[in-house]
Amino acid sequence: MVKSVITGNYASSYGAKLARAQVIAAYPITPQTSVVEKIAEFVAEGTMDTQYIKVESEHSAMAACITASQTGARTFTATSAHGLTLMHEMLIWASGARTPVVMTNINRAMAPPWSVWADHLDSVAQRDTGWIQYYCESNQEVLDTIITAYKVSESREIMLPSMLTLDAFYLSHTYETVDIPDQDKVDKFLPPFDPLYKFDVEDPHLFGSLSFPHQFYMEWRYQIALSMERARDKILEIDKEFESMFGRSHGGLLDLYRCDGAEVVLIAAGTMASTIREVVDQLRDEGEKVGLARLRVFRPFPAKEIRELAEKIDVLGVLDRSYSFGYGGAFFAEIGGALYNHPDKPVLKNYVVGIGGRDVTPNTVRGIFENALSLQDRGLDKEIEWIELKEGGE
Amino acid sequence: MAKLTIPREEYMFPGHMGCLGCGGVLAMRYVLKALGKRTIVSVPACCWAIMSGIFPNSCLSVPMVNTAFETTGASVSGIRAALDALGIKDVNVLGWAGDGGTLDIGIQALSGAVERGHDIIYVCYDNEAYMNTGIQRSSGTPEGAWTTTTPVGKTKAWKKGPKKNMVEIMVAHKIPYTATAAISYPEDLIKKVTKAKNIYGPKYIHIFSPCPTGWRMPPGKSVEIARLAVQTCAFPLYEIENGVYNITKKPKKKPLKDYLQMQGRFRHLPEEEIQKMQKDVDREWEILLKKEEFTKSL
Repeated sequence: MVKSVITGNYASSYGAKLARAQVIAAYPITPQTSVVEKIAEFVAEGTMDTQYIKVESEHSAMAACITASQTGARTFTATSAHGLTLMHEMLIWASGARTPVVMTNINRAMAPPWSVWADHLDSVAQRDTGWIQYYCESNQEVLDTIITAYKVSESREIMLPSMLTLDAFYLSHTYETVDIPDQDKVDKFLPPFDPLYKFDVEDPHLFGSLSFPHQFYMEWRYQIALSMERARDKILEIDKEFESMFGRSHGGLLDLYRCDGAEVVLIAAGTMASTIREVVDQLRDEGEKVGLARLRVFRPFPAKEIRELAEKIDVLGVLDRSYSFGYGGAFFAEIGGALYNHPDKPVLKNYVVGIGGRDVTPNTVRGIFENALSLQDRGLDKEIEWIELKEGGE
Repeated sequence: MAKLTIPREEYMFPGHMGCLGCGGVLAMRYVLKALGKRTIVSVPACCWAIMSGIFPNSCLSVPMVNTAFETTGASVSGIRAALDALGIKDVNVLGWAGDGGTLDIGIQALSGAVERGHDIIYVCYDNEAYMNTGIQRSSGTPEGAWTTTTPVGKTKAWKKGPKKNMVEIMVAHKIPYTATAAISYPEDLIKKVTKAKNIYGPKYIHIFSPCPTGWRMPPGKSVEIARLAVQTCAFPLYEIENGVYNITKKPKKKPLKDYLQMQGRFRHLPEEEIQKMQKDVDREWEILLKKEEFTKSL
């Protein structure tokens, strides 16, 4: 074990190295570049044994990861924003082909106008692609999640790809103390990739051939849905296993903070959660019954955990760092969906915050809590609210 | 009796889903004969994505993977990298795409793959239009051709402008081996694929594969038309090894008209257009002869 002070991006690179990713195909994009630069250094120094394909686009990065995975290799890539959305077709392909690719995505806003700062639209927009999605809060979580994500994804009953995301600059370029575990220990935790089916000249098969409507296409999609359902328990199981070996957990699917006895809870993903923790502590000191639920895993969707939380509270404020131009932010719409058939529902409100990297300060969070607390008595004021819009923005 | 130079082994079997007289069927059959059992094929959206078989059937006895339309180059890069990572040797990695998947939507991934130098063989089976979707023009469609998106009509809206020269684009990447081949000359085709198999690095082979359905001609004429394409110099057979050009068939040149008049897709062309196309073919052939002459001493 080595304690190092590294960025979220480097934590990603170390995670891929410790997981012994055998094929890496990646293309540079701000603010992901230092992930792939560090891996290039590992390879150049001979400290990492991997086939590193410096592809000509993110679309090709994912295409190469998919076939490498189908050939039987553990694969990794990293991207951000436009890179991730360029991959969209291949993200669906990856889950359809049942390839457990693991990818880091640096959450960045989509142009135009150009913005390289934190925003969740890039990965939230991939929510229907069949990828497991983790939203990380710390650099340690980034490194650990890469290792656990492989174990979850490569389980024969799952066989789905995983993406872990971290906020641009707040984590990607911020240095934090990270425990880099020993390789031997990671090797004991994470066995080599051993897929049931792969390209084999001695046992030839045809992969992905045409399926008529009366055949099995629908059943194959259903199998993906079942695997995604099974991933809930699998993530919790692997999280526990990791904790027993490494002494840390990052909160499973929904990471609750001071929710015991809370009446008003904010739910958020990514680095905003750290700010909310601070404000929760302050408000608790002031006697307010508030808490935080960090949406660590968005896919599979932690509906059960959200319902259990919802039963105990009066107001649930959903913070979305993206907007879906449909009915509020995607987190809000899905949480609302999960609660609709649940008998005991809190007041549910959507706070749209931090778009394009707009800072979400303790004051911002305090303002949101104040509004949410006021809803306890007066009921819902406005279902969807954009927070701290500049003058003239409305 | 002449000695049979085409391997007897078959890696493609009856039951494929190709049309009658499909040139792409013969192309795959010959290429696999040359490459053998230890081959993995990656195929994007194209006729071959269907021809290979509907689930759960396959007409190939080598592993084949379907990949997205524009990803053939990237997909073979991934397969080769994984084989290297796993220490699996002596396996041919074959990318197999049509002219649309190669010259149009897949050109970026192909350019990337060959520039990076992966040890792969990429075959473009060229039927000169998007045939799987029903005969739409691609940048591989020759000038003058009718397709459903160049439907001629009253305004003479046939395909305008020359066919994209993919072979020269590959040569410009300075890859070790590039060749053209045609289903009408199987010995020449197999010789080239065998040569490619034994060269390390990216190899590109462009195979002329007539499509009776799209070219509006009888299914029994595919081989004959592919022979005429070579004999009229509309599609010359040559190879480029490390920059040196070698024309593998130097025909007694027949008039282009012999080739054009057998196909319904050129039926509308007026005489002056045919004369212009003949001039273009003559010019291209002269250039090719000069390239061979010029690079001989390299």
